Amino acid sequence: MDLKIASGSANTEERIAIDSLLGAPSETSHGAKRDETGLRVAHGGESLRKLRHLLLPTLHSVNDRVGYISRGAINYISQRLDVAPAEIYGVATFYALFDTNERPARQVHVCIDLACRAASGCTEETLPEGAIASPCLGTCERAPSVLVIESGVTVRQEVLAPATKTQIAELVAGKPAPAEQSIAQAAPQTPDPSLVLLSRIGVVDPLSIDDYVAHNGYAALRKAFAIGAEKVIDEVTASGLVGRGGAAFPTGRKWAAVASQRVKTRYLICNADESEPGTFKDRVLLEGDPFALIESMTIAAFATGSQHGYIYLRGEYPRALKNLNNAVEVARNKKYLGDNILGSGFNFDITIFRGAGAYICGEETAIFNSIEGYRGEPRNKPPFPVEVGLFGKPTVVNNVETLLNVLPIINNSGEKYASWGSTGSKGKKLFCVSGAVKKPGVYEVTFGVTLRQLIDLAGGLKSGSSMQAVLLGGAAGGFVGPQDLDLELTLEAAREAGTTLGSGVVMVLDQSVNMLDQLQRIAAFFRDESCGQCVPCRVGTVRQQEALARLVRSQSASDTAIDLQLLRDLGQVMRDASICGLGQTAHNAIDSALTRLKVFSA
Amino acid sequence: MSTQVTTGLQVRKSVELTIDGKKVTAPEGSTLLDACRASGKEIPTLCFGDTITPKNACRVCMVELEGSRTLVPSCSRKVEAGMVVKTDTERTTHSRKLVLELLGSSVDLSLTKNVAKWNDNYDAEPSRFGAPSQHHGKRDDAITGHHHAPDGQTAETVHQPVKIDNALYVRDYSKCILCYQCVDACGEQWQNTFAITTAGRGFDARISTEFAVDLTDSACVYCGNCIQVCPTGALMFTSEYEMREAGTWREEEQTQTDTICPYCGVGCSLTLHVQDNTIVKVTSPSDHSVTHGNLCIKGRFGFQHVQNTD
Repeated sequence: MDLKIASGSANTEERIAIDSLLGAPSETSHGAKRDETGLRVAHGGESLRKLRHLLLPTLHSVNDRVGYISRGAINYISQRLDVAPAEIYGVATFYALFDTNERPARQVHVCIDLACRAASGCTEETLPEGAIASPCLGTCERAPSVLVIESGVTVRQEVLAPATKTQIAELVAGKPAPAEQSIAQAAPQTPDPSLVLLSRIGVVDPLSIDDYVAHNGYAALRKAFAIGAEKVIDEVTASGLVGRGGAAFPTGRKWAAVASQRVKTRYLICNADESEPGTFKDRVLLEGDPFALIESMTIAAFATGSQHGYIYLRGEYPRALKNLNNAVEVARNKKYLGDNILGSGFNFDITIFRGAGAYICGEETAIFNSIEGYRGEPRNKPPFPVEVGLFGKPTVVNNVETLLNVLPIINNSGEKYASWGSTGSKGKKLFCVSGAVKKPGVYEVTFGVTLRQLIDLAGGLKSGSSMQAVLLGGAAGGFVGPQDLDLELTLEAAREAGTTLGSGVVMVLDQSVNMLDQLQRIAAFFRDESCGQCVPCRVGTVRQQEALARLVRSQSASDTAIDLQLLRDLGQVMRDASICGLGQTAHNAIDSALTRLKVFSA
Repeated sequence: MSTQVTTGLQVRKSVELTIDGKKVTAPEGSTLLDACRASGKEIPTLCFGDTITPKNACRVCMVELEGSRTLVPSCSRKVEAGMVVKTDTERTTHSRKLVLELLGSSVDLSLTKNVAKWNDNYDAEPSRFGAPSQHHGKRDDAITGHHHAPDGQTAETVHQPVKIDNALYVRDYSKCILCYQCVDACGEQWQNTFAITTAGRGFDARISTEFAVDLTDSACVYCGNCIQVCPTGALMFTSEYEMREAGTWREEEQTQTDTICPYCGVGCSLTLHVQDNTIVKVTSPSDHSVTHGNLCIKGRFGFQHVQNTD
């Protein structure tokens, strides 16, 4: 391919940002000032194309330093990575945290998603001047939430939650945010040594590996090395652990499938792109117990024979990023990552990969495209990731919470883990309780508690609140009503009741919440987050939103009936014919509101 | 279940599967669409092209596969032994109808082949989503992750002005169903030029050059291989566009003549489309074993000298 570079060259700041990641250009590189000899040297080709996975990190680097991605920056990246400018533009415009137009260095992202708009009434229309509407920022326990990103030599990222309207206006005006609340505040059960997944939250220093080791850290990895990879998989299989990201696929089976591949280059991806509205459990684990994730990933990699791991972290989690960066670096320095870990002969390392504002990148095959430097569009299945995944190699993709469950499984045994929970749902589960409860936060329970018990655990309803509905499982989940409080929170009971636990969202909406507004926001969310690849989702999410907008205004029963039928029709085609889970679930919550809560019935 | 089928000189294994209750065999590596069509089933396709790896983006060719929670795209799903496939069920009919309606309500399908027939077959009524929206923003300026709230009446469309920025072809993205074929033909599957990409996301996703610059500022080499694969008339020879605008385009009167490109020694096949003794556009047979319908700027657009009477 011959690059054709249009006008516009990178300024000094942009060059520094790009070179800081890719290194200074050699004398023969495109984009370098080349002398006579340099111009005669062929440059590019295969060696550069192998670097395409650096595209998104490079765009981040420019965006962090300059605040947006200019033509000049794209041209220079194009020369350095041998990727056509058009392709880079296609990737850059896929992500909401990037902009290809000049904009102010300081961006104030105000969450207008479900929990935050229920708490503050803040919507797209009522945002303070200069603020940017954002989908769920994953701090629902402290709603309403704001994320400030200020580009510069050192990018500043601050979270303020809860934020008042006055505070938001001050943030827009440039005032620094006050220090963020403690991590443990998000896990009201802590400290409690009897907790299994949250035992270290607020107890250990998340930046200290010594503290982690002193709190039973790395015991599981030592045991894993002692019992061997096959036995690790056996234990995980015996534990009955299933994925905690929402799809509930048996983890042991996934690991065994990768371990049995003939291809020996394999990857492990930790899906930390937690973006399901109402979900924040992974954030608390990442912020408060990052070494536990490193250890779990090392065990997963050892069991499946993976040599390299990626943590795909959503771009809106600054504290998690900081703590993970530290954890990976410290673990590497202390030889818990790298070659010959703990003298086992096993080599493994981890790269932290930042998302850039795209819910779809939590879809396991969209993650691959995103890491590889392409638009985060889901791939076709089959082939499945366990056979053909990242860079075309067998790949395990596990959610953060799923991976952390591996530690108690190995420390105790699969059998012991399976003794917790119900017949069909084994072990411990984190729920993200938000909304009109006294103590919102992440709660660890044994599978089998009822919705009522969980809400009681969170202190019960706020005084003056009466329950209108509960959103289970996030925007891709479904609403239940006050009549469903005795629902057992297990996978099988949820399925039986025609709902889902999804990613563990339990958002309690009281009488003050406008349900029609919530539904319209859910529809808007899916429209914004659809990747646009397939018709049922790309156009269906728009038509769904339009039908809801008509229903809200509807004056006649016959018009209402027509649009309700339209919604059902749209729901069916999205569920049946969308490429990935986003489109397939984009009607779930709305469907549940129509059928269970009967929102449009007179 | 494996038998040998001889196709030409190659011996390919074949697999047995069931389509609509009938056992059929199909060559290993072929798709469900191949197998369905071979057994006489009519399955609509929109984004599918015979020279590009199926993207299965439009989802109009969906069939029901036993054991699969969702429908599967027949254009890309490979046959496997023992598959039980249904092509004509309530679910497949519903999906096809809805896809036709969703596209028909948002995209100008007036030049897309067979749409009227399929709308009829599947009772598709694109107008039931409301009148087309009249307030069109600039799609090239869409902000990712943001949109204008619906007005509660109209149905949003991808309408935008025709892009005329060079003498050879026009881009009318109001007709684009986002099949990705032009991007793949321009990029890694054929031309390796990468002048165009899909930009933006969701309903705002669009085919674009970098920063939506004019083609003349882009990497475009005017091979026209994107026009060759475009199934909707979104990409069109300027000659055709101007004649259509003037009302003089009469496809039924045109003749098609196959010949060999005179420019270089490769010898690509050309199909000259002639109306009133004038070449009005050039295509190339997509089943040609060497060129697969691809040409270069000379073969595609360099036909004026034939008509030069000076």
